Amino acid sequence: MSLLEIRNVSKIYGELKALDNINLKVEDGEWLAIMGPSGSGKSTMMNIIGCMDKPSMGEVLLDGKDISKESEKNLTSIRRDKIGLIFQQFHLVSYMSAVENVMLSQYYHSMPDEKEALEALERVGLKERAKHLPSQLSGGEQQRVCVARALINHPEIILADEPTGNLDEANENIVIDIFRQLHKEGTTLIVVTHDPEVGEVAERMIRLEHGRIISDVKNENFRG
Amino acid sequence: MFFFRMIKGAYIRQWKKMLIIAVTIALGASIATAMLNVMLDVGDKINQELKAYGANITVVSKSASVLNNLYEIEDDGSVEVDEMIKENDVGKLKTIFWAFNITDFAPTVETSVTVGGEKHKVVGTWFNHTLKLVTGETVITGVTNLRSWWEIKSGRWIDEQASENLDVAMIGKSFAEKQNLKVGDKIDVSGRVVDGETKTVSLKVVGIFEAGDESDDGIYAPLEKVQYLSGTENYVQKIEVSALTTPDNELALKAAKDVNSLSIAEYELWYCTAYVSSICYQIQEAIPYTVASAFRQIAESEGDILDKTQLLMTLITIMSMIGAALGISNLVTSSVMERSGEIGLMKAVGAKNSQIIILILTEIFITAIIGAVGGYFMGFGFAQIIGHTVFGSSIEMNGMVAFIVAVIILAVTLVGSFPAIRLMLRLRPSEVLHGR
Ligand SMILES: Nc1ncnc2c1ncn2[C@@H]1O[C@H](COP(=O)(O)OP(=O)(O)OP(=O)(O)O)[C@@H](O)[C@H]1O
Ligand SMILES: [Mg+2]
Repeated sequence: MSLLEIRNVSKIYGELKALDNINLKVEDGEWLAIMGPSGSGKSTMMNIIGCMDKPSMGEVLLDGKDISKESEKNLTSIRRDKIGLIFQQFHLVSYMSAVENVMLSQYYHSMPDEKEALEALERVGLKERAKHLPSQLSGGEQQRVCVARALINHPEIILADEPTGNLDEANENIVIDIFRQLHKEGTTLIVVTHDPEVGEVAERMIRLEHGRIISDVKNENFRG
Repeated sequence: MFFFRMIKGAYIRQWKKMLIIAVTIALGASIATAMLNVMLDVGDKINQELKAYGANITVVSKSASVLNNLYEIEDDGSVEVDEMIKENDVGKLKTIFWAFNITDFAPTVETSVTVGGEKHKVVGTWFNHTLKLVTGETVITGVTNLRSWWEIKSGRWIDEQASENLDVAMIGKSFAEKQNLKVGDKIDVSGRVVDGETKTVSLKVVGIFEAGDESDDGIYAPLEKVQYLSGTENYVQKIEVSALTTPDNELALKAAKDVNSLSIAEYELWYCTAYVSSICYQIQEAIPYTVASAFRQIAESEGDILDKTQLLMTLITIMSMIGAALGISNLVTSSVMERSGEIGLMKAVGAKNSQIIILILTEIFITAIIGAVGGYFMGFGFAQIIGHTVFGSSIEMNGMVAFIVAVIILAVTLVGSFPAIRLMLRLRPSEVLHGR
């Protein structure tokens, strides 16, 4: 059984089919990149996988369980337990320090634990900056806080929508290295990106256009 | 605790907005506090204010009082002098312990007379009568002060001080209309028949008044004229007394029931306090064959003004609360909108709606409590200002007000937060996080 299975999923906004009959299986531990032009439906798909939106049609099986018709309340708890989110704009809470931003995720998951949160920051190389506010951190550092926040509760899947969109190359590489590490540990990664370099390091890459999957390829040169 | 770390952070970030919310709540709370305190205290205040407006004690002879309220003027206008008070005793009122508190008084004789073939009621009384007291002092007293609320529609009050001929009368507005009388007209009044001779006087109308009660249907004339008409010279039926009194408390109520039930210490305290009951008691001591009792009708008109004043203050309070609720709702909504990214993120990392609502409400309630406490003390100040400017005395703070204000502010804050809560519930993380 696949960790994630999308069956005949469409998302329709009025006339527009943001997703048009998508079928996709993602195995446990897989590292998938989603590419495609702007407006092709990448974020829409991520929102549906991330339990932040529901498809207009079709089924989404997560761990074999159909989540496409769950209530908002159940979706929140599924998201809390299984999914870690990384955003292009980081979305850190501005008045909380780096470590507090990580603890926020713990707080709503179970219980804030400062020691564990500091360890997560250490993993992304930010232990020294734990007490800094987001405004005192560089973009790359903020994105690493965002990554630490996404992985703190040991989610089954990490969803990243344009994680490197706002980063320079050096920071991009740091984030890619963290992804490699997470992949090694067996975390399933789904990364939306415009950036071919970020797409090419993934194990598998699908391409969306007008809400359809137009290609789905294994990366021959994947180096794990 | 992490929860309070979040709240502290929100305060640091949004202190300006929180301050404005606190000030809004403080203003609302201060108005509510001031109005409620004035409202609860105003009973006494207005009572004191209204003392001047009417008699609040009536004195009649014991035998008349036994006949109780059945004692009315008999149809033929006859009144028995053995049921009356000697006119000479009226001045004794001013000899009691609380004499100084008796601001005005007027003896009256009421009789039925014939005017133009119809029966009417005429009241004889003092208007601004000069009375020599046994102490040698003189006082000027009468209905001109006791009925100061009368509206003189035309003409003037009868003036006993001006050396005017006392063949004058004041008539009520409806009487004047029915009889088609105006100031300067003469009315011929026939009273009792004594020794085969009908007592008759001709009175010149000097004033037409509107009292707003049944007096509007009658005639008011100098006491001696009506005594003559009813054949009761040197006697009066009733004395109306206006006195400044201390509001009744338990002791006063106990004494009013039975003076003998008081202990000596209680009796002393009661006797030496200007309760209406102790003043009545002292009047009965001064004129032993009389019964003095608190007069209902005025209390009712006082109650009427009181009701209206309280209604007005209730309306002000309600409106200020509506204003506060609208203000809060605007401020809280805009604060939530400003923080929609943060709230969306909390939802995305798994916060339940209830957790977010509790977080936001906690912030707002902390602000509300700060505002309400500040407002309560501001309201205390306002109440004193109102007390001093309107009533010339300070307003007593009522402990209940704090509780009522707390409940009102709680409700107003909740109601005011309602739109923001709805907004938060509707907020979808996908919509704020991907910046659409
Ligand atoms: N809530 C919505 N209401 C109406 N149309 C929407 C909504 N969300 C997305 N769309 C439309 O659906 C289409 C797909 O949007 P989506 O955000 O998934 O694109 P994307 O592939 O993520 O693009 P980008 O690379 O620019 O982020 C777009 O045409 C968009 O305008
Ligand atoms: Mg997108």
